[in-house]
Amino acid sequence: MSKQINVALIGNPNTGKTSVFNALTGLNQKVGNYPGITVDKKEGVCKLPRGVKAHIIDLPGTYSLNASSLDENVVIELLLNKNDKDFPDVAVVVSDVENLKRNLLLFTQIKDLEIPTILVINMSDRMDYKGISLDIEYLEKELNTKIALVSTRKNTGISELKTLIADYKKLSTKGCLNASEIDKAYFENLQNAFPDQLLYKLWLVITQDVNFGTVERQEFDSLEDFKTKSKADLKRLQQKETIKRYQFINNVLKKGQTIDLKNAKDLRIKLDRILTHKVWGYVIFFAILLLMFQAVYNWAAYPTDLIDEGFATLADWVKNTLPEGVFTNLLAEGIIAGIGGIMVFIPPIAFLFFFIALLEESGYMSRVVFLMDRVMRRFGLSGKSVVPLISGNACAIPAVMAARNIESWKERLITILVTPFTTCSARLPVYVIIIALVIPDGRFLGLSYQALTLMSLYIIGFLTAIFSAYILNKVLKIKSKSYFVVEMPSYKFPLLKNVGLTVLEKTKTFVFEAGKIILAISIVLWFLASYGPGERFNDAENIVKTESPQLSEDELNDKIAAHKLEYSYIGIIGKTIEPVIKPLGYDWKIGIGLVTSFAAREVFVGTLATIYSVGSANDNEDEDTIKNKMAAEVHKDGTKVFTLASGISLLLFYAFAMQCMSTLAIVKRETNSWKWPMLQLITMSVFAYIVALLAFQFLK
Amino acid sequence: MQHTIAHLKRGQKGIIKDVSSVHIPLKLLEMGCLPGNSVELLHVAPFSDPMYLNINGSHLAIRKETAVHILIDIVI
Repeated sequence: MSKQINVALIGNPNTGKTSVFNALTGLNQKVGNYPGITVDKKEGVCKLPRGVKAHIIDLPGTYSLNASSLDENVVIELLLNKNDKDFPDVAVVVSDVENLKRNLLLFTQIKDLEIPTILVINMSDRMDYKGISLDIEYLEKELNTKIALVSTRKNTGISELKTLIADYKKLSTKGCLNASEIDKAYFENLQNAFPDQLLYKLWLVITQDVNFGTVERQEFDSLEDFKTKSKADLKRLQQKETIKRYQFINNVLKKGQTIDLKNAKDLRIKLDRILTHKVWGYVIFFAILLLMFQAVYNWAAYPTDLIDEGFATLADWVKNTLPEGVFTNLLAEGIIAGIGGIMVFIPPIAFLFFFIALLEESGYMSRVVFLMDRVMRRFGLSGKSVVPLISGNACAIPAVMAARNIESWKERLITILVTPFTTCSARLPVYVIIIALVIPDGRFLGLSYQALTLMSLYIIGFLTAIFSAYILNKVLKIKSKSYFVVEMPSYKFPLLKNVGLTVLEKTKTFVFEAGKIILAISIVLWFLASYGPGERFNDAENIVKTESPQLSEDELNDKIAAHKLEYSYIGIIGKTIEPVIKPLGYDWKIGIGLVTSFAAREVFVGTLATIYSVGSANDNEDEDTIKNKMAAEVHKDGTKVFTLASGISLLLFYAFAMQCMSTLAIVKRETNSWKWPMLQLITMSVFAYIVALLAFQFLK
Repeated sequence: MQHTIAHLKRGQKGIIKDVSSVHIPLKLLEMGCLPGNSVELLHVAPFSDPMYLNINGSHLAIRKETAVHILIDIVI
């Protein structure tokens, strides 16, 4: 087998680099993380002419080799480290025909590292539209490279690009310009100190804080001496370098590119007059948000319910078909239910990312940042945080994943940490039943108290999220880029292939990364609820039968289920925590509900149904059964369990507590550490406890 | 009086004069914000922040806090 060619795709953001990657690799791609950081690592395999294979890495978009974020640092680290297993045999720089001048800056830097480089000029189908014509032969000669004119939209130029990659050995490795002219004496010294090293590489190492592997680090250790120039001096030199590069590029393009402005059309200016308008811009944006919310909240509910029912049916079938026993129970109630619990999140994730991909692909997302920056920056959030915060009102899991579109790590982290405060749809069943139980009938300004309570809970959730972001922004000490430069790309019709691949990739990530953790916890919860120590659990049937022999079979089964749950491990946990939750107005039965809610909040209602033995009888009656049972529930001293005080306390507890293992699992995956989900679990739950405690003690 | 990008009104153009302030990120220069290049204010968000510019053909948005450091000559 011949050796694979390592290819690195590099380019400015918004050049369609990922479209080129998708065109080259199709479905032969996978997404992972770079070790230790949460930057997407996209890799794929591409078949080239003559049976050669290429291993292609889609590097994060960057405007230059001067890194200012973790994402950009990945690019430089790879290009400077010849020992990296992914070090490219050939670099493919993707540029956009409309912004060729700016794109070439990065190209000249990579050329100067003497890496064989191919220049892709993408979106070539827009040349006529923009009145641009290029002298490719001249450009190839002046830039010492080979050029592929590509249009991923029209699917042209890809096979030419593949041929160029296969022939990479023919590419020139001569640099474009000599950066050392910006300060001759300084660079001469540098070269004399490291005669074996490439001068431009040394310069990049000095100007960036690049994390080298230990071997390479030692080699460069004495570079410290060359940092004697002050930071301001180094920056001035980098400015000079940038100006010098632009001079070179301008000279090349003067002959190589002609732009006939008379033929140029710009849709961007017309659209932006409306889409970034002080009033209409916001109206349109909120309309789009509303549509997304509707999709995730309502439309996704149909496939979600189907999946839910499907897995329930499957579990029943397994239980009725396979011989009774521990294994069957584990399969039906632990594993199948657990996998079902993962699958139900696929529709909301797919719907949300379908919309987000459309917004990103079309170029609209940059306008969102422009519109929302001023409001969100006060809370330490990014303009892009609006999307996760609104989607969180449907489900926190796709919302947390959506935060990945935020470039700054600090803003992304804060968004992830506060999103679970927003009112996700799993809280709704709990809210509805408790509100119906404890909030009196009556109207205020024509709105019922119950509706007002529900609305308040949504508002409280959102405000808490924003307010915690404000605090986290002050508390978290994370070095992050402090400036704001956002490119406003021209509008493009989204490529369906790219949208589809994004949806597929996000869904796969959730199922395989977070899914593992969710399945494991589901099985633990199942075990705790299905097993218990001693006779009272294991002999439940006989005990219940002797205690209440007059019951019908259905009632008897319900009673046994309730009895079993009471004496299961989870029941014991519920009873153990009773002293802790008593000050909040809860008894051990609610305690069990709180523990099982960890699987998903809406499980609370089902758990209470089991405990109050309304399980199977509930099938043909409506929800009133469980509501009536709950309303009739009394403490030992005869006082009601569900009063206004305990009800409000419970509502607030559910509003604030981190009770969702799936969210914790996805936060772990997105932050690459258990530290942040644990922080969420502890602070949110403690906060919920305190608020619920105050509410109950104040109202009782 | 020294003019900066923050002085531009919507639709006004200028020529960039000086970008040596340390408050201007290198990234902005890399995107074409260099002396001699043209700049036009296309749109502003409420309270003129951020500002949406066309700098030498690059369409980009920056905050006012950055804009006040970029010296320009106003053309029209």
